[in-house]
Amino acid sequence: MNMMSEAAVEKALDQKMNDVSYKMVGKDVSVYYGEKRALFDVNLNVRENTVTALIGPSGCGKSTFLRCLNRMNDTIESCRVTGRITLDADDIYDPSIDVVELRARVGMVFQKPNPFPKSIYENIAYGPRIHGLARNKADMDQIVEASLQRAGLWNEAKDRLQESGTGLSGGQQQRLCIARAIAVSPEVILMDEPCSALDPIATAKVEELIHELRSNYTIVIVTHSMQQAARVSQRTAMFHLGQLVEENDTDKMFTNPDDQRTQDYIMGRFG
Amino acid sequence: MLLLTTAVIAILGYLAGTRRALALSGGRSSNMHSRPGYYGSFVAVWAGLPALLVLAIWLIVSPAVINNVVRNDFPADALAESAATQSLNFGMIEGIARGLNALSAEETAQAERNPDELRALMGSRGVAIAGEPQPYMVKAAVDLNRLRALNGWATAFIVTLIALIGGFVSYRMIKPRFRARNRVEHVILGSLIVASSIAILTTVGIVASMLTEATQFFHAVPAWEFFFGTVWDPRFAAAGSGGSEGQFGLIPLLLGTLYIGFVAMLFAVPVGLFSAIYMAEYASPRLRAIVKPLLEVLAGIPTIVYGFFALTTVGPFLRDISAQIAGLTTGNYTSFIQAQSVLTAGFVMGIMLIPYVSSLSDDIITAVPRAMRDGSLGLGATRSETVKRVILPAALPGIVGAILMTASRAIGETMIVVLAAGVAARMQLNPFEPMTTVTVKIVNQLTGDLEFTSPQTLVAFALGITLFAITLCLNIYALYIVRKYREQYE
Repeated sequence: MNMMSEAAVEKALDQKMNDVSYKMVGKDVSVYYGEKRALFDVNLNVRENTVTALIGPSGCGKSTFLRCLNRMNDTIESCRVTGRITLDADDIYDPSIDVVELRARVGMVFQKPNPFPKSIYENIAYGPRIHGLARNKADMDQIVEASLQRAGLWNEAKDRLQESGTGLSGGQQQRLCIARAIAVSPEVILMDEPCSALDPIATAKVEELIHELRSNYTIVIVTHSMQQAARVSQRTAMFHLGQLVEENDTDKMFTNPDDQRTQDYIMGRFG
Repeated sequence: MLLLTTAVIAILGYLAGTRRALALSGGRSSNMHSRPGYYGSFVAVWAGLPALLVLAIWLIVSPAVINNVVRNDFPADALAESAATQSLNFGMIEGIARGLNALSAEETAQAERNPDELRALMGSRGVAIAGEPQPYMVKAAVDLNRLRALNGWATAFIVTLIALIGGFVSYRMIKPRFRARNRVEHVILGSLIVASSIAILTTVGIVASMLTEATQFFHAVPAWEFFFGTVWDPRFAAAGSGGSEGQFGLIPLLLGTLYIGFVAMLFAVPVGLFSAIYMAEYASPRLRAIVKPLLEVLAGIPTIVYGFFALTTVGPFLRDISAQIAGLTTGNYTSFIQAQSVLTAGFVMGIMLIPYVSSLSDDIITAVPRAMRDGSLGLGATRSETVKRVILPAALPGIVGAILMTASRAIGETMIVVLAAGVAARMQLNPFEPMTTVTVKIVNQLTGDLEFTSPQTLVAFALGITLFAITLCLNIYALYIVRKYREQYE
């Protein structure tokens, strides 16, 4: 690789992009929190209609990278991002890109379920209302129902749409948050340890949901659970100390990884 | 003197206790349950605390006991007199007793023989006596002095004895397995409880004293006339002139209070709230670190200074500018805003209240979990959409609570309105005219040389208790709302 000229590298990359379609491409992404550097020149591509899992020990930068993908890091003071991240070939850090629009295309589900203290209906309707996706009440009803259907929450929630979203159980709340993200019809959904606050049964439901969502959305998920990464993802990226160690097919990653550190981490030797 | 003795005994007890503990431990502190200092403190507490308690109770009870004893020795005709005369007489006896202390023994004996010369004699020593002393008074005064002296010695003896006994007993209690540390802990707990109950008891005391004075007022003026009267005209009459009944209608004052408070809130709430939103959501940490303390400095300005400001700057400014406006529109340059007006007072009070609103709401807005913000921003909402649709609704109960608390401050505010609102108790709705408030009238009724029995002054207490009731209700309601809001996130 080192022998190749830069042009050749570009060409090779283009070639690769033709084989599989990349939804998002990260090139030399570095993140600084003030003086501290959290991410070192990460090159990671996200394939379309695929679940990509980001794994690695705590503080390895996987959440930081995830938050770069919809510029949630902008909300943190002192955070600086360098490098290039594209969404369908548009540089998302380009000044001409509206961050609000970007976040509508790249939705996010957080570690802790964070429904707004509003009714279930209003929680879902929030995003569409902001972006003007519904022309009238019937439209909105339809969006709410479709989103809840997709998130597998419709049957549980249809009779209590006007009740507060905070009154749901933890697992239901998290699926509500997923439904809320779906409601603005994003192209990519980012999930930051979506199951870490849930019990095993609720986790199973969310994982099942991720599985189903894959056909319509590109999903990037950060997880601490290796089993979960193996269960839900097709591609896995391993981070360590702010660097991307290895990115590979999930099957290969968990059976025969290229990098010794990945092997060690998966076997539980560190992290 | 007695306090000093007790303190010395306690300190000695501490030293002795520590030493004994050290001696018992035999050089190895692990033999003892607690560290030596705790044994020392234990002895000191036992030496000091019961003695001081007894002293306090003794000091409260003994004067009453002595007075009773002396009074019971009064001749029958003196006892037959009215309570007021009796207490006057007793006052005289106390005066004589004080005077007797200044006399030598033979002079005292001489005075007992012929009390008529006593007044002159004492006058020469610089002790004035209210009236002609009667024979029984001198005897009573001598008794009083004797009892007081005895009492002093008895107190000293008993308190010292208790201190010594306490110290000795606790000293003997020191054993290796004795849990001095836990005992000392109990004492500390007790003193903390006492400290916290003092504030509450004081409040209760204040309310009680206001209630008694207010009840006296309501004896003179019927309650319904006070609460529903629409005319405020207390009519300061010279004492004893008689016949001049004032009218004490609360309504005009209350209306003025609420009106000025309302105008103040009209200024303070939007400005305070917007600045809080800016501080909490938009300002960079560095800016916030500078601006927030600056805003809070506003809260530290004494309200009388705001009063000056209103009186000398805002009032004349509003008056002049209104003259200009009137001139430009009608050609007639007469000001329609008076220098002292509801608007002036409300505006300046509003400025005073801004920091309260902004500081309280800022705390409440920052308490909204970050997850709410992230959730909304992650859905592609802009900052202002997030503030408007997620943060403000979530923080609303708390903000309402903050506003209610601020309102109760506005209602209780005194100095600004004294200087800027005027003293005319009127019922009207023009914000450009002066009005007056409950607090202004309290100040008016209580300043100057006044007897504390006429309804003219007692009405101040009735006003005070009314004001207190209003602000108390507001505060309780505000606290209730704030607490209810907190439960949502915990």
